[in-house]
Parts: sequence; C-alpha cells; structure tokens
Amino acid sequence: MSRARAPADGRELGRRLRDRDLTAAPAALNLIESRAPDAREQAEALLAELSPAALGHEAPAHVIGLTGPPGVGKSSLLSQLVKYWRSCDRSVAVLAVDPSSRRSGGSLLGDRARIEADPKDRHVFIRSTAAGTRLGGLAPATRAASEALTAAFDVVVIETVGVGQSETEVADAADTVAVVLQPASGDVLQFLKAGIMEVPDVLVLTKTDLGAAATRAMSDLQAALLALGATGTEVCPVSSVPPPQGIAQLAQALEAHRTRIDLAERRQRARRRHALENFAVEHGERGLRALGGRLQAERWLETQDPALDVPSLERALADRAGSDQ
Amino acid sequence: MPEPPSHRLPEPDRPWMMRTYAGHSDARRSNELYRKNLEKGQTGLSIAFDLPTQTGYDPDHELAKGEVGKVGVSIAHKGDMETLLDGIPLDQMNTSMTINATAAWLLALYIVAAEDQGVTADKLQGTTQNDILKEYLSRGTYAFPPGPSMRLIADTIAYTVEHVPKWNPINICSYHLQEAGATPVQEIAFTMSNAIAVLDAVRERVPSELMSSVFGRISFFVNAGVRFVEEHAKLRAMATLWDELGRDRYGVEDEKHRRLRYGVQVNSLGLTAAQPENNVYRIALEALAVTLGRNARARAIQLPAWNEALGLPRPWDQQWSLRLQQILAYETDLLEYPDIFEGSKVMDGLVAELLEGARTEMHRVAELGGAVQAVDYMKAALVESHRKRWQRIESGEQVAVGMNRFTSTEPSPLTAGADGGILVVDPEVEAERRHAVEQWRAERDQAAVDAALATLAEVARQDHENIMPATIAAARAGATTGEWSQTLRDTFGEYRAPTGVGEAAAAPSEEVSELREEVERVSEALGRRLKFLVGKPGLDGHSNGAEQIAVRARDAGMDVVYEGIRLTPAQIATSAAQEGVHVIGLSILSGSHRELIPAVLDALREAGVEDVPVVVGGIIPQDDAAAMREAGIAAVYTPKDWNLNGMMRDIIALVAERHGVDSAVDA
Repeated sequence: MSRARAPADGRELGRRLRDRDLTAAPAALNLIESRAPDAREQAEALLAELSPAALGHEAPAHVIGLTGPPGVGKSSLLSQLVKYWRSCDRSVAVLAVDPSSRRSGGSLLGDRARIEADPKDRHVFIRSTAAGTRLGGLAPATRAASEALTAAFDVVVIETVGVGQSETEVADAADTVAVVLQPASGDVLQFLKAGIMEVPDVLVLTKTDLGAAATRAMSDLQAALLALGATGTEVCPVSSVPPPQGIAQLAQALEAHRTRIDLAERRQRARRRHALENFAVEHGERGLRALGGRLQAERWLETQDPALDVPSLERALADRAGSDQ
Repeated sequence: MPEPPSHRLPEPDRPWMMRTYAGHSDARRSNELYRKNLEKGQTGLSIAFDLPTQTGYDPDHELAKGEVGKVGVSIAHKGDMETLLDGIPLDQMNTSMTINATAAWLLALYIVAAEDQGVTADKLQGTTQNDILKEYLSRGTYAFPPGPSMRLIADTIAYTVEHVPKWNPINICSYHLQEAGATPVQEIAFTMSNAIAVLDAVRERVPSELMSSVFGRISFFVNAGVRFVEEHAKLRAMATLWDELGRDRYGVEDEKHRRLRYGVQVNSLGLTAAQPENNVYRIALEALAVTLGRNARARAIQLPAWNEALGLPRPWDQQWSLRLQQILAYETDLLEYPDIFEGSKVMDGLVAELLEGARTEMHRVAELGGAVQAVDYMKAALVESHRKRWQRIESGEQVAVGMNRFTSTEPSPLTAGADGGILVVDPEVEAERRHAVEQWRAERDQAAVDAALATLAEVARQDHENIMPATIAAARAGATTGEWSQTLRDTFGEYRAPTGVGEAAAAPSEEVSELREEVERVSEALGRRLKFLVGKPGLDGHSNGAEQIAVRARDAGMDVVYEGIRLTPAQIATSAAQEGVHVIGLSILSGSHRELIPAVLDALREAGVEDVPVVVGGIIPQDDAAAMREAGIAAVYTPKDWNLNGMMRDIIALVAERHGVDSAVDA
C-alpha cells in the first residue's frame, strides 16, 4: 500500500495558528484527526508549538462547552451568539459534535447548516465531527482540535448533545460549561437534583418567548439550584426567535465566569487528564499498572511542568511506564 | 321512459378538469403558452412558478441566480400577474397555482389581476396549493418556520371562505410524499394527519358555524403510481377516512362537504431516463388509477410528460400528455358507468388493508403531538421507505422495464433531435427579469409601497389578525414577491427543515460490505476517514436523491457532510474548506446546473479548495454533461445512473486516485 502525499508540516501550521492565521485551521484539523503515524508526529509538533510553554502563557481563547438535550434550540442559540461575538469583532471557532452515532463506521454530519453565519466571513470557522462511542461523547481528536484552535481564535465553542455524561466530558475540555434547556425539560431538573448531572457553570433557558411556561421553568430552575447550594451558577433566559433576547447578557455571563475562575489551573488539570486518557487508550490497563495505578499517575503528573502540551505529557507518561517495566 | 339499468348511468359524466402543469421564463412567454394550451382543449390552467417566486425572492436576489424562469414562470408583482393572465377571462377560468410558502401573496396578486379585468373575487375559481408540511417533508420550497406558516394557511382559508367562496384555498398534498418514497399507507396517513393539523389551526380562526364550509373547501392533490389497482384502493381509503373525519372530528353534517375532492398529477418518481418512451405507457396506466372507479375519481388531472427524467418538457411533449387525457375521457366508455368496483371483494379487501395500516400510522403521528410536531418523524420514515424502495430496484426485486430488466434497446428517435428532446430556457431571461424588476421598483409609488409593507409587518406581528387584507393592499400598491416575503421573514424568522437522513437504518448487503472494506482501506491510507460533502446548491428543493446518496455513503463507511437544501455556492465552498472533505458531490434537478456548477467551482477556488474532486448528479442533458467534464467536473450522473453502489465505487476510486492510493486491493 502506498501513500503518495506526505502529511502537512505540523510546526509550520502551529506557527501560523500562533500568528492567528485562521486559514491554517482546516489543515491543522486534518492533521490532528489523522491516525497515520507520520501525521501523528506532525500533529504532536503542531500542538507543541501551541503549548503554554511555547506561547509563554495560556492560549488566549475562551473555550466554551455548550451542551443540552436535542431539540432545545442549541443551534439557533449558537447562531445568535456567533452573531453577537462577531459584532464585538471576536473570531469564533465551533466544533460541532454530531450526535448521530457512527454506524457502519460512517457518519452523517449535518449540524453545521443549522448555525447561521456569513460563509464569506473568514473569522467564523465551523467543523463537524462524529461523536465518540457514547452519545454526545467527545472523540479524542475533538479535544486536541480545541487545544489547537485556542491559540488562534478568540472564542472556541464545543457543541455536544446529551445530558448526564456529556457535560462532564465537556467540562474537561472547556473553560466554561453551559447547559442549554427549554421550558418543560423536567427530566433535566431531576438529573440535577439527583446529582446524575453535575451543576454547569451557566444554565441557559431557551424559548422564553413561551410566556408563562418559561416563567415557571425559570423559577423551578432557580429553586433547584438553591436547594443544591449552587448559588454561583447563573441562569440566563434567552429567546432566539426574532427579535432575539438575552444574548448579550448570556455572552457576558459566560465571560464573567471565565474571569472568575483560575484559568491556568483549570487548563492544566484538563491537559493532564487528557494526557492520561490518551495514555490509557494507547497502553491499556497494563500501562496504567506500570505507572502504579491511575491515582499514582495523576499525582506524578501534578509534579510535571504545568506548561507542557498534551502529547509531551503523554510521552512523559510513556517514558515513565517504560522505565519502570 | 324506462328506468336505465343500474349498470349504466342515465347520462355519461362530465369529464374531469384537464390541465397541463406549465409555465417558464416570463409572464409574456407563459401567457402565449397558456393560450395555445387552451386552444388545444385544455379546460383549466395549472401555473408552474419558478423557484425564486416559490421561495419568495425577486429575480435579482443572490439566491435566485441561475433559477429565474427555469422550472416555471417568474412572477414578481401585479404587473407580471396581469401579463400572465392577459386575454384569459378570469370569471370563467379555473386556475390551479402550485404555490406554497408564498401562496397568500400569489393569491393576492391573482385577486388584484382579476380586479384589473373587472372581475370580483367572489367569481374566482381555482386552487392555491398552500400546503407547507409536505414542503418540509419533500418538496423544499418553504420559507418560514412551521408556526407562522400554519397561520398563513389558516388565514388564507379563513379569508377565502368569506370573500373568494369558490376558491380552493389549500390542496393538501400526498403527491410529494409518494415522490419522497412513501408507501400507500404512509401516503394516506401523513396526508390525513396534515389535513387535521390544518383544520385544527383554522378552527381557531373562524366562527364555528363556518367550519362545515371550510371542510368542504379543502381539497387534495394526490399521486398515482403504476401499481394502479392498489393506487385506486388508496383513493377509496382516503375518501372513507375523509368522510369519517368530517363527521366525527369536525361535526360536518352536510354529506356534500365531506366528499373527498382531489386533483392529481401522476407519478414522476417511476419515470425512467432509460428508454424514456416507455413512460407513456406508465402514465396511461397511472391515469387509470385515478379515473377507473367513479366513487373515487379525480376532479382535475394533469399528466407529466414522457421526458421528465431528461429535462423540461416542450409544448409538443405536453400536448402528447393532454391527448392521453382526452382519449380517456372522450374515446373510451369510462364515463358511462357507475362505480365499477362496487361490490368487488378484491377492492374492498385492499381498501380495508390500507385503512387499517393508515389508522395505526395516524395514531402514531397524533401521539407525537400531530403532524406539525411529527415532521422529524415523518421525514425520517420517508427517507427510510425510499431507501428500501431503492434497494429493491437495485436488487432487481422491483422491476423497472428498460432500466433494471429488458435493457437491450434500439436507439430512440425521440431523443435524436437537435434539442435532445427537451426544452431549454433562453439564458437571457434571467438578465431580462433582473432588469425588469429594477425598472418596476423605479417607476412605482415608493411611498405607497413602504406604507403597505409597514402595515403588513404590523399585521404579521399580531397573531390574531388575518394577513390577507394587508397582503392584497401590498399587491395593489406594487410591492414585489421578494419584498412581501422579506417583510415576513423579518418578523417570523427563517427555518431549515430536517434532512431525515440521520435516522435511516443501515443497509446490510454484501455489496455494501465490500464497499465498506474499500472505504476502510482507503481511509487507512489517507490517515483519516474518507469525508464526503453532499451539497444541494440553488433553490431546488428536490432532495430525495441527495438524501439517498448521503445515506448510502454513510452505510459504506464514509463521514458524510450533508446540510440539506438551498445552499449558496459560497456556503458549499466554505463547508468544503472547513470540513476538510476529500470529495464533493453536487445535486441539481432544476436545470440551473449551467449557472450554478461554474459558480460553485469558482467559489471553491476562492476558498482555497484545490484538488478536491467534484462530481455532479441531476437532470442533466448530455451536451451539458460533456461541457461540465471539460470544466473540471470529475463525473456526471443522471437518472440513468440508478445504481448507487456503482456510484460509491467511483467516488472511492476517485479519492484514491487523487491521493495516490493504489486502486487495486491486491497492491
């Protein structure tokens, strides 16, 4: 079997993204999604170019995880948010994780059309990816893609579908997690109360043009949060039907969350978890045993340079596992 | 005089209304065509509008590019409508308009054009199709979201019942459901559910004493396939359900108001591009399905032409179809008898079977909250049925003579002429129309138009007000189709219908698993999964083919980006670039490929997408196909290429070749 085309130059693409050259995004993602060994090497080089160590700081973008059950109006909401961010002259990348699970290995990706954006606006980038094995779960490449785009764009949105599992996974990849609900999403309220679902950073209630139902939903949500002691979670009511309402307030609530948290700490933790996940997938139980178990591995990772990128951390784990075997 | 025997009618029935679905280019050219058709013995008009008019764009809008005057006539304002109907007495004519999202507007233009002839609205006879749900499910010329669209429908019904009492304000369509793959049971059930949704919406907006008249004004537009015995049973089943619905759900006591009234265009889906002359027989047999039994006979018929799978029919092709109707009505003895299936065990059995299936399916839709709420469910069900149908054709289980069986053939003299046997719209029409609408805007009383549109916007915001009076006022003032629609888009918002492809089941077959292995092999060599963009540029909403391609490619293991209909070239190019696809497939059935394909290629270049092969599928004449290949299109597929697996094999090979992956497995 032959492959005539050599993979793209990862360092070069990394440098272009660092210089905020948005046109490098598609090729960078092609590389990151590739499983070919030489492409993976280049992808590692790309991510190394964008590590906090190389940048001298955490990448500037605000990574937002947007998740919620199907049909609550995430795409309409995202259309309005993108429009708002563009009006503030911020560039936006959207990683749309399509809920249609893989069948026959293939997938149908159709979500991007539901996000309205001017196709000629080069400051909006949308990429669809198939979900991981679970409903709404993230494919490993999606996290890496987000890490790469974080250096080039002002806002990176990871959009997933589902409730219960997905927001936990998204929490590992995003600075701010927003869960989107509509009036009468009663099951979600139950999930929250029962602790099946972690309390998100921001709760968005859509379709508030529905009147009384929306008002009731709003007070139900606030009561539930109060009962859980989650007073830090802001609830943002929005309406995406013309004229849209609550969009600017939501954008500000997301932004406010980001300024409130220790961003570097959250990202470091995410990178370490991500590296350990990847290591476990690659080396399995045996690999984890060689590190003295998951907990030991986590502790050891905490001693590593906080500015390292994921592939470097992964290599360090592999080296350590190898030397102990 | 002795009583006539019960097996004969005392007098033969009057023939049904005979129409030809016609219109192209501009109002003047279409008016000439209509007058000629009426001379040939056609008894009603059936207006085909172009896609910009149907979706609410003026000829100079970006989305109208390549589509102006193509699949019908371009009507932008009352002046166009007056020209279109010039010399046709509207107090005598019965006019059917295939218009949906913009039905309220075109009806207003018709009313204003009649005023101009001195004919008052109460004398007007005809039909506006005005059925939005099937646009979401199949045909694709929607403009507004479901809620406001249902309101527009209810408003036109409420208005016409009072002011245009002889008008059929809506033709609820089962036609397009069959074209999208519906089984007879689905066709009946989804159509009746749709009717319920419409009637429930109207019930909110008219005084209850008018509901019986409203029910009596609802008519249907159905399809008839070549299995004409079962198809006839389908219509009898619909008549039974409609009668029940009127009596039980809406309390309609007048039996006449509960009678199923329907018009028909027989099946296009089953017409083949291979040996197209055979389609004449198919059309004749399908016409029997809607005429044989008197108890469920069509009120109006329009027949497709033999060459629909090749391109737009010429006047002569349409004449040939009209003659078929005339032979059936005037030469045969069909109209001399009472219902010939009365007491038939076979027919009664078939009807009972269909009724049972339809009731179950209607129940399911009702449980989902009714037809509006169940659009996603119904769309997915249709895509799935169509997938199964296609699989039966590919396997040979369902025979299509001349296409998958008995394929050896002599060259057809019908397609040998210089025009290839089809009509080509003068490419100058679009520029003419752009210029004409600009001139119209420059010469009218702008202040009057602004005021009328401001009132329209205000009425649109007030849900309890009827949209029709403000719409008629805007038509009178000289507003354009695009302006009326944009005013409502600004108030109601826009909408993208579900594609239905995500839920389609995977097709397990040996051939598909071979494809899957090949996709795996090529993907492995590429480093990531083969990614395929299926795009529908332009306003053409006929997405059934594109959907089947997308589903099959998914089944073959590809990552498929499919975003639905009505994409601009720039949108397609941006998607291709951002998604990092390996190959692009474009589908166009409206005849606008000559303009749109080069536009997409330009946009791709501009977006920096190079070396990604592009294939095209659609109703594309041979000469155009050759020109496209020269312009860099890797392959062109027409309805003759009905084997989807073969197409998939080509596409995989194309990607392999571009990426230097060995094409043979034994490498």
